[in-house]
Amino acid sequence: MVQALVDGVLLGGVYGVIATGLSLVFGVLGVVNFAHAEFLMLGMYVAWFAWRYLGLDPLLGSVLSFIIVFGVGYVVQRTLIERVLKAPPAAQVFLTVGLLIAIENAALMVFGSEFRSVSVPYQVEGYRLAGIFISAPYLYAFAAAVILSAALWFFLDRSWTGRAIRAVAQDPMASALVGVDTKRTYGLAFGLGVALTAFGGAVILPYITVSPTIGGQFVVLMFTVVVLGGLGSVAGALVGGIVVGVVQSMSALVFPIQLQNLCLFVIFIAVLALRPQGLIKGA
Amino acid sequence: MLEVSNLSVSYGGPDVLSGVSLEVKAGETVAVLGANTAGKTTLLRTVSGLIPKARGNVVFENSPLLGRPAHSIPKLGIGHVPEGRHVFPRMSTMDNLMMGAYGDRRATDLGARVDRVLTLFPRLAERRTQMAGSMSGGEQQMVAIGRALMGNPKLLLLDEPSHGLAPIVVEELHRAIGEINRQGVSVLLVEQNAILALSVAHRGYVLEAGHVVLSGTSQSLKADPGVRRAYLGV
Repeated sequence: MVQALVDGVLLGGVYGVIATGLSLVFGVLGVVNFAHAEFLMLGMYVAWFAWRYLGLDPLLGSVLSFIIVFGVGYVVQRTLIERVLKAPPAAQVFLTVGLLIAIENAALMVFGSEFRSVSVPYQVEGYRLAGIFISAPYLYAFAAAVILSAALWFFLDRSWTGRAIRAVAQDPMASALVGVDTKRTYGLAFGLGVALTAFGGAVILPYITVSPTIGGQFVVLMFTVVVLGGLGSVAGALVGGIVVGVVQSMSALVFPIQLQNLCLFVIFIAVLALRPQGLIKGA
Repeated sequence: MLEVSNLSVSYGGPDVLSGVSLEVKAGETVAVLGANTAGKTTLLRTVSGLIPKARGNVVFENSPLLGRPAHSIPKLGIGHVPEGRHVFPRMSTMDNLMMGAYGDRRATDLGARVDRVLTLFPRLAERRTQMAGSMSGGEQQMVAIGRALMGNPKLLLLDEPSHGLAPIVVEELHRAIGEINRQGVSVLLVEQNAILALSVAHRGYVLEAGHVVLSGTSQSLKADPGVRRAYLGV
């Protein structure tokens, strides 16, 4: 029981970072990015190739994933998403769902359909603490997620660019009037959002195999986390991530593994029905 | 300093502004009066680059403004306090002020600029860390004006600063506008409240349905029978 709780928190911290990216994109651009999980897949592949050909541990490769996917995200936003920012929601859904299908199939074509995994020396290791086993890959991924979240918070709170991103989220017109290039800022925010998710994908590579369809496994999870935390709330996404991680690992004690996602769906629907503004307010 | 000549704007339908010409000289406070849909806000938004499709000419200190992206305008020395204040609601007073200097973020005198704003509006000093969205309308207006001043503008565009505020706050704001102008900032003030506008402005223009129908010194406008009937309620 305590074991499941610890596992859940460690998994959930990473879910938090993954979902923060989705939440940031919605919070700033107002677009629900259905293709978001595909950038997680791209981040995983970048880290996999960095491991395979450069010998980089995925925990370090994650930095590469962040940078490369940031660039891809910026270009995707400036060339495609920008066109639908003021369009009706239906157009935005069509575009991001189309993007999802395109990226997934491009990945199938380029990377092939086989599952790929890395082997790292600490893969099956761990620490024993008061009778609880703390898996090393879980712990390291969690630590990386916490560090990145802290860096994100610092960036959004203190840097000029971070403040500009928050300003554009709150009032694009007033932002332009003080000299913020809003189009560029939307590009940066989207790039940052997908890069956060890609980073989250890279750090879990030591315990999850990657394939072109991995996005599908994470999309429900991501949306559940974000809905729990309140769409558009960065702090909420982190809390939501940990809640989802704990629920997932606790439910594995009771239900067979195939029903794990069922619990998530039930929570997802319950939150939407009972508390559509999310569990925690603000941020 | 600012010269608007023969400016016409439409949002796809009939012209909101048609053939408007006006001028603000260095050191002046100029009022633009007019009813709700006269085109006053459109005029300011066009100067700030928020309305891309405008015909005519707008020149600020020898730089043509039409066609420039909005975010490049503050750097030239134009600050804009939009209608409805538009503070960043989930940011503190200080963060709002700092955002005002965004176009000028490498300047080394930002601390002195904050001090200048807090001297002008001492009330904001007590509200430094408070979220702007939770403040009163008058305080938000002060934040919005302070934010625009943080960019060190030579020309300040003010859109209905007194709208919806208690008379005592309005008086305080207008004192501040006078003070800003005395510090050497030119002001283009859009107001429905003509009495107030003409009490701080040197000159004024009257807009009606997108046309300038009258212009002159504040004295002469106050004395004009048409203005008295339509805007001064006399």
